[in-house]
Amino acid sequence: MRTYLDFEKPVAELEAKLEELRAIGAGGEPVSVGDEIGRLEIKAKETLAQLYANLTPWQKTQVARHPQRPHFSDYVAQLITDFTPLAGDRKFGEDEAIIGGFGRFRGSSICVIGHEKGSTTEARIKHNFGMAKPEGYRKAVRLMELADRFEVPVISLIDTAGAYPGIDAEARGQAEAIARSTDACLNLGVPNVATIIGEGGSGGAIAIATANTVIMLEHSIYSVISPEGAASILWRDTSKAQEAATNMKITARDLERFGVVDLVVAEPVGGAHRHADATIAAVGDAIANSFERLKSLSREEIRTRRQQKFLAIGRKL
Amino acid sequence: MNWISNAVPKIRNLLQRRDVKENLWIKCPESGQLVFHKDVEANQWVIPGSNYHMRMSATARLKSMFDGETWFDIAVPDVPVDPLKFRDERRYTDRLKDARTKTGLNDAVKLGFGRMEGLPVVIAVQDFDFMGGSLGMAAGEAVVKGLQTAVEKKSPFILFAASGGARMQEGVLSLMQLPRTTVGVQMLREAKKPYIVVLTNPTTGGVTASYAMLGDVQIAEPGALIGFAGPRVIEQTIREKLPVGFQRAEYLRDHGMVDLVVHRHEMRATISRLCRVLTKQPSEPTPDQLLLTGAV
Repeated sequence: MRTYLDFEKPVAELEAKLEELRAIGAGGEPVSVGDEIGRLEIKAKETLAQLYANLTPWQKTQVARHPQRPHFSDYVAQLITDFTPLAGDRKFGEDEAIIGGFGRFRGSSICVIGHEKGSTTEARIKHNFGMAKPEGYRKAVRLMELADRFEVPVISLIDTAGAYPGIDAEARGQAEAIARSTDACLNLGVPNVATIIGEGGSGGAIAIATANTVIMLEHSIYSVISPEGAASILWRDTSKAQEAATNMKITARDLERFGVVDLVVAEPVGGAHRHADATIAAVGDAIANSFERLKSLSREEIRTRRQQKFLAIGRKL
Repeated sequence: MNWISNAVPKIRNLLQRRDVKENLWIKCPESGQLVFHKDVEANQWVIPGSNYHMRMSATARLKSMFDGETWFDIAVPDVPVDPLKFRDERRYTDRLKDARTKTGLNDAVKLGFGRMEGLPVVIAVQDFDFMGGSLGMAAGEAVVKGLQTAVEKKSPFILFAASGGARMQEGVLSLMQLPRTTVGVQMLREAKKPYIVVLTNPTTGGVTASYAMLGDVQIAEPGALIGFAGPRVIEQTIREKLPVGFQRAEYLRDHGMVDLVVHRHEMRATISRLCRVLTKQPSEPTPDQLLLTGAV
């Protein structure tokens, strides 16, 4: 079953009609429906293309959060061989909102770290909807340090509404855990490439997104606060989330313009949730190309360039 | 709204202000006692009796730390203004203008270089009165500049944090101040100079998720609210009341997140002592350091 977003209603109606006609055709009714099916298929395709060519920032927010959008585990399954997940921060516990481990990417050793939102109700609860606690970030730090010692590059996949705001997370130093994780990214002597695959939510995202190259999927979002959060704080009215989404400039194109994102990967027409395999393959190519450009650099150059890149952000716009 | 409806309330405010003797008394937010404004000021903005630590302006803080209450201001490089052309209920540029008028500061972080008990130090102070001490491009640039100056001067860097978090009006560019300031901290670390953070009331959000939690020594003022997520957000998430003292300085110390909770009256002596020990200086200022008091 496909989940349709509210703005996808015209497509949903056309596709429902198609479904009906196909059922009639398959039932062997003596009416010819072939022509009508062909006509509707073209119309549905055109409508979808039109919708997705002009998504508003709020619609992109909805697409970025689509429950059927490919998640961390889908990327790992398709892009990484020999993947071995490693658990725990060795200090307090295991946090499955962030998954990490080692494997091979196109034949070469790789460390992969990312947020997992989960794709079923059960999985969402298990992964805490991709909202990590301090142990998640401390696990990320542990894996990055391990990767650095073995000179294995790091891929990170970002998909979180933000770090988890709860009593236990605060008691164990959520802020410090995020700060140390950003610090660890900036310390790496191996190249790292981060991709925003869905939601890049604030500090919870930057903690593992501080990379030599930052890639963003076309319909993903990256922001200092969720549109709902901004609406509640700045407008004091949660119903202003759509306005906030527009004014906060959270789309991939905006961020590319600000120099926050190095590369935007286009999504197939209709978004990543309609074409998971093709989207993941495109992200894989973009990551491979990014590593290719970084491979001749020394450890010192990799680290210095990353530092200088972030220092330069926003100085000239 | 036209210029008249804008101007009239302002004029009215001016007129009203004249007959009310402003700020003569201060009410302690904790005990409710009324105290003379000048007594609180003379007591470094600590309420005599209850020991409640009030917020302190950036200038008052620098005065309380530097020898002879004098220092050199460190200029912060200009940053692009209002990159998002942002407006919510008001224009961001108007909010900035108001904050500048109100505080006399250019943005939320003020930098000074001078001597503290004879020891040359760079001090950065985040002023909560400037848009809640929020971290935007200008404040981020100031923190980076302060850290770089400390590297150049081979001196310790002391930072007084006070902030509601990221400057939302600058969107993702305010978020980028987290990695940017972290780069600055790494540079000071490589120069092997001490980085002392003092968390004051309140310090929350993106500021705590970057430079304000990366100090070599983490100090907090008594009773200061310190945390990543604000209490309101947490209450909304878990739908229950938070325990008393949650996210306060003493709570953070008990949970291993800060080294010391230090009374404001002891701040200068404590930080000086720490810096002297960490940089292997004698415990008393040398005669030439004292001669140069105030000058660097």
